[in-house]
Amino acid sequence: MRPISRVMIALAAAALFALLYLPIWRIDLAAPQYPEGLYMQIWADHFSGDTEKINGLNHYIGMAHIKDEMFAEFDVLPKIIVVLAVLGLVAAAWGRRILLVGGLVALSAFGAWALWRMWDWGYKYGHELDPRAAIKVEGMAYQPPLIGHKQLLNFDAWSTPDIGGWILFGVMALLAGVYYLEVRDLRKKLKAKHVNPIVP
Amino acid sequence: MDRPLLYSGVSVALAAGTFLLLNSLPGCKPNTTKSAVTGDAASKVYVKPGTHDEFYNFVSGGFSGQLAVYGLPSGRLFREVPVFSVDPESGYGYSEETKGMLTTSYGFIPWDDSHHPELSQTNGVPDGKWCFINGNNTPRIALVDLGTFRTKSIIEIPNSAGNHSSPFTTGNSEYVVAGTRFSVPMGDDASRDVPIKSYKENFKGNVSFIHPDPGTGKMSIAFQIATPGVNFDLSHAGKGPSEGWFFFSCYNTEQAYSLMEVNASQRDKDFIMAVNWKLAEQLAKEGKGKRVPGRHYSNWWNEETHSTESTVYEDVLQLDPKDHPGLLYFMPCPKSPHGCDVDPTGKYIVGSGKLAALIPVFSFEKIQKAIAANEVEGDFAGIPVLKYESVLHGEVKKPGLGPLHTEFDANGNAYTSFFVSSEIVKWNVEKLEVVDRVPTYYSIGHLCVPGGDSKQPWGKYVIAYNKITKDRYLPTGPELTQSAQLYSIEGDKMELLLDFPTTGEPHYAQAIPAELVKPREVKFYKIEENHHPFVAKGEKETKVERRGKEVHVWMTTIRSHFAPDNIEGVKLGDEVYFHVTNLEQDWDVPHGFAIKGAANAELLIMPGETQTLKWIPTRVGVWPMYCTDFCSALHQEMQGYVRVSPASSNVPLEAYTVSVDAEM
Repeated sequence: MRPISRVMIALAAAALFALLYLPIWRIDLAAPQYPEGLYMQIWADHFSGDTEKINGLNHYIGMAHIKDEMFAEFDVLPKIIVVLAVLGLVAAAWGRRILLVGGLVALSAFGAWALWRMWDWGYKYGHELDPRAAIKVEGMAYQPPLIGHKQLLNFDAWSTPDIGGWILFGVMALLAGVYYLEVRDLRKKLKAKHVNPIVP
Repeated sequence: MDRPLLYSGVSVALAAGTFLLLNSLPGCKPNTTKSAVTGDAASKVYVKPGTHDEFYNFVSGGFSGQLAVYGLPSGRLFREVPVFSVDPESGYGYSEETKGMLTTSYGFIPWDDSHHPELSQTNGVPDGKWCFINGNNTPRIALVDLGTFRTKSIIEIPNSAGNHSSPFTTGNSEYVVAGTRFSVPMGDDASRDVPIKSYKENFKGNVSFIHPDPGTGKMSIAFQIATPGVNFDLSHAGKGPSEGWFFFSCYNTEQAYSLMEVNASQRDKDFIMAVNWKLAEQLAKEGKGKRVPGRHYSNWWNEETHSTESTVYEDVLQLDPKDHPGLLYFMPCPKSPHGCDVDPTGKYIVGSGKLAALIPVFSFEKIQKAIAANEVEGDFAGIPVLKYESVLHGEVKKPGLGPLHTEFDANGNAYTSFFVSSEIVKWNVEKLEVVDRVPTYYSIGHLCVPGGDSKQPWGKYVIAYNKITKDRYLPTGPELTQSAQLYSIEGDKMELLLDFPTTGEPHYAQAIPAELVKPREVKFYKIEENHHPFVAKGEKETKVERRGKEVHVWMTTIRSHFAPDNIEGVKLGDEVYFHVTNLEQDWDVPHGFAIKGAANAELLIMPGETQTLKWIPTRVGVWPMYCTDFCSALHQEMQGYVRVSPASSNVPLEAYTVSVDAEM
């Protein structure tokens, strides 16, 4: 691999460590009574923000109490991030393209898995309602949007990547760039090898 | 037809015609107030929905005993902070925790007459931290915390009667002062039980310097200075060159004790008393004073235990000016001075003789020179009286009738209120020239310019606080609203912008830019910092406990239920203490607590706070309790029951909440 590719991979891997210490996703809520808004952040291993206030409101409609224990992935997420980051550092040190491909695949798989887990959690959180809830709206579920905006009763909800999420996207873009460079190099090399036999 | 009858018929018709004619003619009656507002006053006071006022205006409640908070320029009322009077809607003065705030050496005093709000200062400028206010009747000073808009501290002033010239502050709020409006005999019982006619001989006054602790806001009396028996009226601290001095107006130098309106108005001149408080402070520190009897309470609100802490002092440190020359001087001031105001430069002291037809302005520099040159005209009960001419900067001639109070802008102008001629007069302090005057409706007392008694007035407005409203508002029976009037002082001419009604009777007021106060606001009390002895930090900690005839209930509130909400086993003859903790941790989510037949009040409990209501059931039965603050969509479900059984019953004491599951 080109030296610049290795530096970029090392950078991407180092950036992954930041995910351990930064919020990855955030959900913002706004309603007429909450002009200042409510928010919740999802980190690698915990929730933060106005979860207590959100819990206080959501108990009317029977939604579960948000607490770290309800998202089992918090136990494994930090470990996966560390493994991916170490993999990246090894790839940078060793310089083999195959590791780059492996890393990119692993990272994409991780991203897809994380989004799926979040969607699944959101689905359960929004659908599995306490039958004793004080307010029941026929046919209404309260699944937060995975990304983007959704109206949930009197609340507008927005779900967007937080700084950690953007870093993750950045890492993926960086690796995709490296992948593009390296594939181009590889093609050139292969072309050079086969040049003689083709030309008569 | 008889002629006399004809004549009288004609004259009646003439009179009626004349009457009708006069009434229909424009300009036959004097110009009234309706023409007073000109231009686009409305746009200058319009604060768009959802936007904030530029200034907070802290206005005394007078006979309400409270402190009202308005916005300027809109004149909208935001809060009436309970200070000296009980407030059943919040439980202030009724809850077990707040009763102590109103306790004095005379017992529990549930009311007072609050006169002068004074904002705490840093370097001579209001800092938005605290607002002091005096209780005139049972002499007290309160400190209101502007982070919580609650009364944080109340100190009783011993050896005092009528705490009027109070609670004005020194430039860094090292001290706020109190002075006796009524001089009274002091000392032990025998010294106090004297004929009223022995005023000259036995009646004494004093001024007290109260120190608020900069961290906690706890107040204590640093020292009192004994004075001859006169009436102290108002006061202000020196600043800049006059920093270290305090000035008190005093009347009744006749030392009258009856028919005061005549007997105390005989002398052409009364006094402004100059106090060298830096010297007094030094003497106190050197132990030069002596401790004299003076039992008093200092009550302080502990925000961690959500309770009052009272300290009782038996005596007070007193300095006798006879032992310490240089401590006090009297300056002659025409006719019963009321207001005593120091201009922003600290060079001039304005006395407002309420029966005078001029305003004397004293020069601090000249006062110092007169003291140095011993230019005295004699003494009053042993205190040197400086020569009027020696200390006078000059007089404002014929400014109006009945000058009361003066505030200042940052451009060298003074604004003096005139009760009798019902107007505000603007005059130049240096030149002593009247530059403008506007009528007030009606009979202005105090007035206020934002920062107008400080080193750096923010100016912009002058607000009149009037004593009479007559026809200005929709009538409400014999008792009419009191009022304030907002005038712009940005142009050369003062311009009336707005009338707004006020609570109680407004005396003095202060205004400060909202930006200095808003960042201090406490949104809720942190439940983890709640150290109330009966706190329940979660529903798991709720319980009931019998201690003899006392039943204690550890109760919580959260949208929207009480825990516990069913209590049984209370018996007639029991005293029930509901210790209610509001578990909410968000802004603007108080809960109320009310129980049928409560002879005291309800409670309004802020998020994270614990308050206690004592309840003595009077009949056997099941008693309802509920939340009085509309807290959520299920507020109306926020209720519970207390079962009260006969004294002889064996119903066990228990408390519970039952969920749907348990019943199914």
